[in-house]
Amino acid sequence: MFWFLRRGFASLIMLWVIVTLVFMSIHFVPGDPVELLLSQDGGSADPATVQMIREDLGLNRPIVEQYVEKLKGLASFDLGRSMVDDSSVSAEIARRLPRTLELIGLAALISLIIGIPAGIYAALHTGRSFDRVASYLAGFAQGIPVFVLGTLLILVFSQMLKLTSAGGFVAFSQAPGKHMLLLLMPSFSIGIGLAAIVFRITRASTLEVLPLDYVRTARAKGLGDRRIVLHHILRNALIPVITIFALQIGSLLGGTVLVEYVFNWPGLSGMLVSGVNARDYPTVTGVILVISALFIGLNFLVDVLYGLTDPRVRK
Amino acid sequence: MSIAETTSKPGLSISGLNISFRNKDGWTSVVRNLGFDIAPGETVAIVGESGSGKSVTALSVLGLLPQQATRIEGSIRLGDKELLSLSPKDLKALRGNEIAMIFQEPMTSLNPTMCIGEQIAESIIAHRGISKAEAKLEAIRLMEKVHIPSAARRYGEYPHQFSGGMRQRVMIAIALACKPALLIADEPTTALDVTIQAQVLNLIKELQEEEGMAVLFITHDMGVVAEVADRMVVMYRGDVVEEGTTTEIFANARHPYTKALLSAVPQLGSMSGSNDPQPFAIYDINTGLATDAAVLKSTVDMSEILLEVKDLSVRFPVQQTIFGKVTARVHAVENVSLTLARGETLAIVGESGSGKSTTGKLVTGLLHPTAGKVEICGKPMRSDTRQSLSRSVQMIFQDPFSSLNPRLTVGRAITEPLRIHKLATETQRDEIAASLLTRVGLSPNIAKRYPHEFSGGQRQRICVARTLALKPSVIIADEAVSALDVSVKAQVVNLLLELQQEMQLGFIFISHDMAVVERISHRVAVMYLGEIVEIGPRAAIFSNPVHPYTRRLIEAVPVPDPSRRRDRHKITDSEIRSPVRAGDYVVPTRTYREVSPGHLVQEVGPEWAA
Amino acid sequence: MTGTFSKFKSDQIPAYLLALLLIVSLLAPVLPLQDPLLMDTASRFAGPSAQHLFGQDEFGRDILVRLIFAIRNSLIVAFAAAVLAGIFGTALGVLAGYSRGLTEMLAMRFIDIVLCFPPLLLAMLAVTLYGPGPVTLIPVLAIVFVPSFTRVAHASVLSVRSQDYVEAVRSMGASNARVMFSTILPNIAGPLIVQFSFTVAVTVVLESGLSFLGLGVLPPAPSLGLMIGTGRATLAQAPMLLVWPCAALTAMILILNAFCDDLRDRLDPKSSKIRGQ
Repeated sequence: MFWFLRRGFASLIMLWVIVTLVFMSIHFVPGDPVELLLSQDGGSADPATVQMIREDLGLNRPIVEQYVEKLKGLASFDLGRSMVDDSSVSAEIARRLPRTLELIGLAALISLIIGIPAGIYAALHTGRSFDRVASYLAGFAQGIPVFVLGTLLILVFSQMLKLTSAGGFVAFSQAPGKHMLLLLMPSFSIGIGLAAIVFRITRASTLEVLPLDYVRTARAKGLGDRRIVLHHILRNALIPVITIFALQIGSLLGGTVLVEYVFNWPGLSGMLVSGVNARDYPTVTGVILVISALFIGLNFLVDVLYGLTDPRVRK
Repeated sequence: MSIAETTSKPGLSISGLNISFRNKDGWTSVVRNLGFDIAPGETVAIVGESGSGKSVTALSVLGLLPQQATRIEGSIRLGDKELLSLSPKDLKALRGNEIAMIFQEPMTSLNPTMCIGEQIAESIIAHRGISKAEAKLEAIRLMEKVHIPSAARRYGEYPHQFSGGMRQRVMIAIALACKPALLIADEPTTALDVTIQAQVLNLIKELQEEEGMAVLFITHDMGVVAEVADRMVVMYRGDVVEEGTTTEIFANARHPYTKALLSAVPQLGSMSGSNDPQPFAIYDINTGLATDAAVLKSTVDMSEILLEVKDLSVRFPVQQTIFGKVTARVHAVENVSLTLARGETLAIVGESGSGKSTTGKLVTGLLHPTAGKVEICGKPMRSDTRQSLSRSVQMIFQDPFSSLNPRLTVGRAITEPLRIHKLATETQRDEIAASLLTRVGLSPNIAKRYPHEFSGGQRQRICVARTLALKPSVIIADEAVSALDVSVKAQVVNLLLELQQEMQLGFIFISHDMAVVERISHRVAVMYLGEIVEIGPRAAIFSNPVHPYTRRLIEAVPVPDPSRRRDRHKITDSEIRSPVRAGDYVVPTRTYREVSPGHLVQEVGPEWAA
Repeated sequence: MTGTFSKFKSDQIPAYLLALLLIVSLLAPVLPLQDPLLMDTASRFAGPSAQHLFGQDEFGRDILVRLIFAIRNSLIVAFAAAVLAGIFGTALGVLAGYSRGLTEMLAMRFIDIVLCFPPLLLAMLAVTLYGPGPVTLIPVLAIVFVPSFTRVAHASVLSVRSQDYVEAVRSMGASNARVMFSTILPNIAGPLIVQFSFTVAVTVVLESGLSFLGLGVLPPAPSLGLMIGTGRATLAQAPMLLVWPCAALTAMILILNAFCDDLRDRLDPKSSKIRGQ
């Protein structure tokens, strides 16, 4: 049980470091973020307005005080107010986060459901036609960027075949069927590339486990093939898959940003992209903090999974 | 071999067995025309060095060789069942049930993600079709049978929580789960410490008597053969060169290879009466002619002390609280003192965790001691003197495959020390490389080639040549011959002895192999859990071991003489303890008693009582 | 990993294709090509013609020329970022792996922190603070990929330094610098070269993604991501405007990936890792 708590503690420390770094980043910028915000159209900003906004954002106060204020805000889930329309960043994130989570969840599910069985099957039948075709497809799927895949899906399915609209969003409560249909294409765009990675790692690690001594022991015991694959090969082969999957969570989250943009899915990314374009500092840092927290949380989850799979980690 | 009766177990009968492997140029024959029988209750050993085809034979009996890449001809029968014509389904029903196998590497032979008990139980479930709960009870009973302490509690533990010896016991429990007619043991004790080896061999014997099964024992170790086998089959590069009862072959080997193998096997106790090392007699495998071992002149010059180690200790923290307080430490080396004179060989013997290799690294300055000092030729070894002193102390490592940089040619590897110390010109270096290669019995023409082109024995010679480049006075040989085949081992030992004759080198010979140590050393230090428990002249240590650990160690060494088979009831089931201690552990003060001149024994502490 | 799709082709093909890409991008400014920024509003959305093999875009610019310059820009950014990341990441990893102790702890914690930000988001944060464009893009992409080099270098140093031949050189009295540079470094070069090629491939993907969002290369400079982004607007009237850059980007990434796989099979056969990140 101790390993579990220790990992949780480490995750919290990480979160605190991230908060501090993001907080400090604004002070590393050459020039004043407020002036940057106001001078977007080329002209220089009106000093009075700059002063007013600085006052609003609390940028005039001592840095330590701002930091304490920020941490206090975070403790009560307050991420500040948008510089563009003064709306609450937390409220907006709370509204959009579930949609992003939905996307991530389905994409991860698609990748695992396709990647793991295909990887094992290919490894157990190396060199056969399934292995060749699947390896070829995986190489291709891994190479095609998510936004390219998404864009091409729109081109084919909505523009040419007219099967579905080019994207958009309908609340689940209003039209569950339509909601899932609209969710499918973006999740698929992310999931397929990830499935390729999961496939390749599963295949490779299964091939690595196959010749090991304990698999030979299992065969020498006279166990059935099913039991050997499920209890002796799969469980050990999954350990590197979990490791690599954890490393891919970052690109999974990055992928959602692009895909939400492509499919007009009103998750966190629309907020982020418009925030970046408007240089709306509180919005951008808010979204990044939430996604990073999500990232750390998912990694923690993976660690727990890792510990459950590999008894050697549980110390 | 008669047809098995219904009540007794069947025996194994192999005849005309030929095995070939497919490679890119066609088929390579690895076993030719092999035939032998094992009766129920009998033990037959297949003996041979690497590449003899002995393990391949074992795997072929179980049908575990890769099907597409292997061609097997001949006959393997268990009772009246022809194994080579069994369907995959029947073969599966046979494996683990009628024929069981244990392997060499207990560390890797168990599934790391499945608990120990379940790995035993699944075999029972697969063959006997009983419920999970019943299988669990049966598994615990088996764990008790192979003497795993507190079996019920350890049922749910994982392999990484077990020591090597305990894992091998688990493997044996798995093998015995269904009371097989035949047990195949493929080098089951090679990876184990010698005292643990004795226990495992003992266990196999004991269980064989109880179950009346046939045992096929695969090994390269003549000592083990003498200990366990009723009959033996000697294999050399895929052919059977000799076959017969163990007593017969040990007493009167006919084939030159068997003779060579037997002559290269050191016999504990064969050296009594002599104080100096003695080279091995070398048999030529093709002609069967023996070159008698030269009688060596004494090289020891007690007036010149090459190496002095005083109260040396090194400890490593292994566990810390978040606040940096050490809660557990490895006491790898504890209060070690020793000296080495010119021309002398001091052997350091001990099992895993004894600190013998760590001592070697401390002497060469590869590690820094926590306390104590090392002096080489009167100069202290410190981090600032390490580089200059390294000219006097050189080291040979155990694994000849990893101790040569794969990117350097042999010639460059040998002269690397000269380059480091900026000695000699480039042409001189080439000449030195050539002469050193000749000196260690290799052709000077190989200087331009890369290490991967050579065998283990050749690489070890290259390593020896490399240590000689700086003309050192002390060579630390850390298990330098342990990874080599018996015959190659004998040659390298002879080479080291010749070099000592010629250059009056001082050797620290670190080894777990008591028999080789007896051949090569003038004095012996026995280490246990980081401490020297006994040190003295070789003859004194071997003829009059005083410390209980030394006695146990010597008793555990298998004697390559079937007529001197030991009484197995004397072997105790103790594990080697770990040198990891609690953070607040206070090292007890040790005193040494002089038994005879130069023979010191640590006063036996309370842990050795009983 | 064995038997990836690249195995089907002759081993050399990805290397040749990559060489072709590199030569064309390197020589693009001196080749007899049109100005990629030259507009010709009279022939907006014109189809393929003798002068314009792939047709013209919404401003009448030559698509083929723009693709070539876009690939060039993409590779310049990717190589610059990979070189920077490679130098700093390797230095940090080697230092951590060799000196151990506190240095190792600090270096590994540093990369853990960088790894806490999903790469695309870190880049977006930087763009918010420093504004878009290559001057922001290259250092940010470099920082994003420092950890993967550090990890590879660190792990390889650890595995190489545990080899007996490193102990052997030390026992011969070699200085730390000598052990580091003449014994360890040549033996970890393989995995690092492989990592470098992976980083180039991943950077191309990341840069195109940022440009697609309008946060990377700035218009009117040609960039594949940007071309795909703007092509979406004219999806209905000129789908080829979208298809060409998509095909070019995918082809470029596939070539890079295939090259990486071959390189790894050759230089680092033991590694079964995919992409450092």
